[in-house]
Amino acid sequence: PEEIQQQIVRETFHLVLKRDDNICNFLEGGSLIGGSDYKLIYRHYATLYFVFCVDSSESELGILDLIQVFVETLDKCFENVCELDLIFHMDKVHYILQEVVMGGMVLETNMNEIVAQMEAQSRLEKSEGGLSAAPARAVSAVKNINLPEIPRNINIGDLNIKVPNLSQFV
Amino acid sequence: MSDIVERTLTALPGLFLQGQPGGGPAAAKAPFSSRLGGLVRGVTALTSKHEEEKLIQQELSSLKATVSAPTTTLKTMKECMVRLIYCEMLGYDASFGYIHAIKLAQQGNLLEKRVGYLAVSLFLHESHELLLLLVNTVVKDLQSTNLVEVCMALTIVSQIFPREMIPAVLPLIEDKLQHSKEIIRRKAVLALYKFHLIAPNQVQHIHVKFRKALCDRDVGVMAASLHIYLRMIKENSSGYKDLTGSFVTILKQVVGGKLPVDFNYHNVPAPWLQIQLLRILGLLGKDDQRTSELMYDVLDESLRRAELSHNVTYAILFECVHTIYSVYPKSELLEKAAKCIGKFVLSPKINLKYLGLKALTYVVQRDPTLALQHQMTIIECLDHPDPIIKRETLELLYRITNSQNVTVIVQKMLEYLHQSKEEYIIVNLVGKIAELAEKYAPDNAWFIQTMNAVFSVGGDVMHPDISSNFLRLLAEGFDDETEDRQLRVYAVQSYLSLLDVENAFYPQRFLQVMSWVLGEYSYLLDNEKPEEVINRLFKLLMSDSISSETKAWLIAAVTKLTPQAQTSSTVERLIQEFTVSLDTCVRQHTFELKHLHENVEVMKNLLPVNKSCEDLVVDASLSFLDGYVAERLSQGAAPYKPHHQRQEEKLSQEKVLNFEPYGLSFSSSGFTGRQSPAGISLGSDISGNSAETGLKETNSLKLEGVKKLWGKEGYLPKKESKAGEEMEASPAPLENAVSENMDQAGTRRDQAPVLAQSKEEKEKQLLASSLFVGLGSESQINLLGKADNVSHKFRRKSKVKEAKSGEAASARDLTCSSLHSPSHVAHEENDYLTALQDRGSAEAEEFPLGSELLDPESVSELPVVGKLSDCALSAPSLFADSDMEVFHPPSSAAASASAAAPVTAEIALASSFLEETTEDVRSGRVEVCSDETVTMSSYKLWKDDCLLMVWSVATKSGSELKSANLDIFPAENFKTSEQPGCCLPAAEAGSTKTFQYRLQVERPFTEETLSGSVSYQRVDTHAVQLEFSVNLSLLDFIRPLKISTEDFGKLWLSFANDVKQNIKMSEPQAALPSALKTLQEKVRLHVVDVRGNEGLLACRLLPSTPSLLHCRVHADGLALWFRSSCPALPDCLSYQCQKAIEGS
Repeated sequence: PEEIQQQIVRETFHLVLKRDDNICNFLEGGSLIGGSDYKLIYRHYATLYFVFCVDSSESELGILDLIQVFVETLDKCFENVCELDLIFHMDKVHYILQEVVMGGMVLETNMNEIVAQMEAQSRLEKSEGGLSAAPARAVSAVKNINLPEIPRNINIGDLNIKVPNLSQFV
Repeated sequence: MSDIVERTLTALPGLFLQGQPGGGPAAAKAPFSSRLGGLVRGVTALTSKHEEEKLIQQELSSLKATVSAPTTTLKTMKECMVRLIYCEMLGYDASFGYIHAIKLAQQGNLLEKRVGYLAVSLFLHESHELLLLLVNTVVKDLQSTNLVEVCMALTIVSQIFPREMIPAVLPLIEDKLQHSKEIIRRKAVLALYKFHLIAPNQVQHIHVKFRKALCDRDVGVMAASLHIYLRMIKENSSGYKDLTGSFVTILKQVVGGKLPVDFNYHNVPAPWLQIQLLRILGLLGKDDQRTSELMYDVLDESLRRAELSHNVTYAILFECVHTIYSVYPKSELLEKAAKCIGKFVLSPKINLKYLGLKALTYVVQRDPTLALQHQMTIIECLDHPDPIIKRETLELLYRITNSQNVTVIVQKMLEYLHQSKEEYIIVNLVGKIAELAEKYAPDNAWFIQTMNAVFSVGGDVMHPDISSNFLRLLAEGFDDETEDRQLRVYAVQSYLSLLDVENAFYPQRFLQVMSWVLGEYSYLLDNEKPEEVINRLFKLLMSDSISSETKAWLIAAVTKLTPQAQTSSTVERLIQEFTVSLDTCVRQHTFELKHLHENVEVMKNLLPVNKSCEDLVVDASLSFLDGYVAERLSQGAAPYKPHHQRQEEKLSQEKVLNFEPYGLSFSSSGFTGRQSPAGISLGSDISGNSAETGLKETNSLKLEGVKKLWGKEGYLPKKESKAGEEMEASPAPLENAVSENMDQAGTRRDQAPVLAQSKEEKEKQLLASSLFVGLGSESQINLLGKADNVSHKFRRKSKVKEAKSGEAASARDLTCSSLHSPSHVAHEENDYLTALQDRGSAEAEEFPLGSELLDPESVSELPVVGKLSDCALSAPSLFADSDMEVFHPPSSAAASASAAAPVTAEIALASSFLEETTEDVRSGRVEVCSDETVTMSSYKLWKDDCLLMVWSVATKSGSELKSANLDIFPAENFKTSEQPGCCLPAAEAGSTKTFQYRLQVERPFTEETLSGSVSYQRVDTHAVQLEFSVNLSLLDFIRPLKISTEDFGKLWLSFANDVKQNIKMSEPQAALPSALKTLQEKVRLHVVDVRGNEGLLACRLLPSTPSLLHCRVHADGLALWFRSSCPALPDCLSYQCQKAIEGS
């Protein structure tokens, strides 16, 4: 359901973007994401929005903090993360996410543990050969560029938890 | 707004570009090997959506060439995959790469595999067919010695895995539960959780291992297992009460900070773990005092420990409050929790406010006073800029609605409704408003106006139930005739005035409602001529915005009005206009109207005024055809067989006659010669043809009389008064209520003396007092100064008469079955007698009433009673006052009837089922419930076409019952129907009464409970109700299916749903015969054939869902392979077979 996926991303984006900072971070289900049992929980970091879609078996505030954990982990793994890291290394972002949330369930909330897992994996990558070292440098070059004020937005780190029949998407 | 966003989106890449002039060269300098980087840059450099499309298509086609080229190395492939993922993320179709993703996962080294798995998990969905190709890879990786590979495999399994393939990996994953690495154990637990979600039956046997995971020394594994427990406890909390202690201990340790510091988050120990545990405790302690007592301490502790410093502590607090209100109440804790809710609601942080409202909504049903405490905050939230908060507030208000505040609350809801645009919200809200309006409407005008608003806003998106409920309310009316009339008149008036508005647009469904009401009830208006109404409807018909469905409604309305109108040229014009309509439905309606219009007399008869509620009795069993059928049969035509039976017979290819009686026949002594014409003359046999239309009527059709179209029940006056005395809340004097409200306002004023009493404030308080009226103690209330008799006024009439006619039918059945089983023992006769007494007296009441109506229809009743006399019943005095003659019973029957009385209940019962027990197997008798007067026991009778549950209620000596009744609660997986059994309305001391229920499966299941209640009335007046439940297993509904090997082969290929399962066995070679025997005996499978080390078995799930089993012995066990036409059946069956074999 490629189109539905895109539609969900688009509409979620519009919904979230419309919301001010001083209103709550929860959006209750629409028909699009599968009814009243589901809600969107988002968190806004500078130019990024992280949106989780959860069902009623999750605690709202708990998820809010889970996003915080996820972002902090990203920060640790990428050393001062920015949105370009996420775009250029979306595969790595996925791996990190897979450590936090697996098959729709919260797997690990212990940040140190996640970072340890990721480091183990990136060690593997380095041993693979010299090639992988180069992009890291390139990215850090890109990272230092001071972006002009981009209207807040860019990538929606959007992943859905436990929405049936939909695979994960970004 | 939205198009601004659109522009922003498209402009975004451009901004990127501007941002990068400095970065461009820098990036170019670096040897950027990743071509993903190039692609991303390329995409961001573009300025329009169109260009992006072009670029991506170009990229995709080059990727396509690369991935399908045989020379491509895996390394390049990996790189391509990432680019594909990126393209797919942007919304382009990359399906050509799916197969390569799977290949990459299969063949690559570690890193490439990782990308492959990632691509698979992002590309495919759960039921994608390509997933099957992945299974082998997963199995291989699960066996790998490399931890990372195992991790990857487990991850993919928990993300997407085909349900049918679970048995292939299940043992491997089970083994991983003992793995030395925590991370593996943790992931294995989650993978099993996933299996539990998609196929619960297949993992049922490893529940013990979950317990082990719960006690794991690693906190992560334990936390992962909580997911499973939360789920399982949600499904069935009673099975896990014994774990309460463990959960409490764990929570205590967590709260007490015994976990490694690693798990702290902002100095809070493992908050997510706490949340999870609190939820589990809440589920466990629900309505269970003993379990709840175990957790009071730790709940108190959590409340105390959670100092409000950080967001996440609020999360824990919220769960705590939720749990405290879910478990068995304890006043101290409730008090503390209430205080906590206050903190949430009053918090300036909007998220907390939201949760506070949620908590209030949850709590308010238990304790409405809490809402009173926070009424001002709630009022403020009503005007909050955030629509989410507003919606939550309305939800809260919806819960506290009563008949006094309904107008204000509904008005608020309508205001919100007018503002919102999202379909989902509208549907939801409209449903709620309609419900409230129906329940609490203070007067007719308000009700109609509210519903008008609902219809015009909700229109075509709302649930169709709402409009049909509304129409039914109007049609069936309430207790009061004048009230009904007023309501209808008001409705008609308001619709006419709505239609008069020029250029107004109404949703189709609203127009349909209008047209129905106008067609039905516009005669109530004296000043409005039907012609004018017709003119209006016609005007509507001619407008372009009307859908053809609505047109049909409109024409139907016109048709109803036509007989009332003298002559109307409009009708003729309408006929002219629409007989040529292209829409067939409209056209047919018009033709009907045309022909009726030509014959006004018929029309008047056909369309009487205000008769929409009269029930048309339709002879669904087509009994009027019985004569024809009998004639044909006697001429040698083959009898009709229902579809499933024909299929079955085709399967079994039996050349012999089928001697099994089909349909239900109460006594199996019945008619074996179904195929022989001789049986037909017995009358009851014919009805075998309509057996599937109504099983109950099997034996009785002929007797029921052919022309019962307008039975006398239809004319019975409806006078059941109900809902009358319901909820008669004691209305307090008006002053009292007002002063109380004033008091509240007063205290609030005292609390906030600084705030000047602005006008706004006053308004709010006024609103508050109108919103919260009727909450809290009952002594306040009542602003309207009107008695509360309006509550539930729009409650629908229950159809008592239906029940009545059902009763009559079963009584008739009763007598009929006795006709055909003269061999039945005296005990049963005795039962009939008493039943008849009851029925007789009922009839005696009805007959005088209907004696004028004793036209041919009701005369057809007479033969029933006439035949009864043959059945040897002595009840001469009973019918003395009806117009029937006295019967003269053969003395033998009378003697046997009297002889039956002293026979003990047990024996009589057993003998009455003697015939069945010889053929069908029955279970042992189990006592299900008892008290000092009665003992209730039951047993199962595994009949060939159904499961027959036989309940018997035995009264203990020394107590007499006036009446006893058995109710079986409807269950979702099967349907029950009452068997024409013997009922004993008045049981003497020491006697037994039996009830029989036929059960048939609607959906396959593993275990299910059937519950019901028995209520009886003692002679010394008080009525008692006892509840009971009986466990049913799928096996109760499995019957052998006798087919040949060839048919097995044919069927096997035709079934799509299959499940495979491996069972480990010590000596597989010797095991086959014994396993087959076990299956045959325990699961009641029919062994079709045994060939070498393979066995074929077949069975059917009642009534006729076939399922096949192929089992094969291999090196270390038995492979079972199930196939069926029903998707859920193989799963359940496999579980049962496994249990049976392992149990043997």
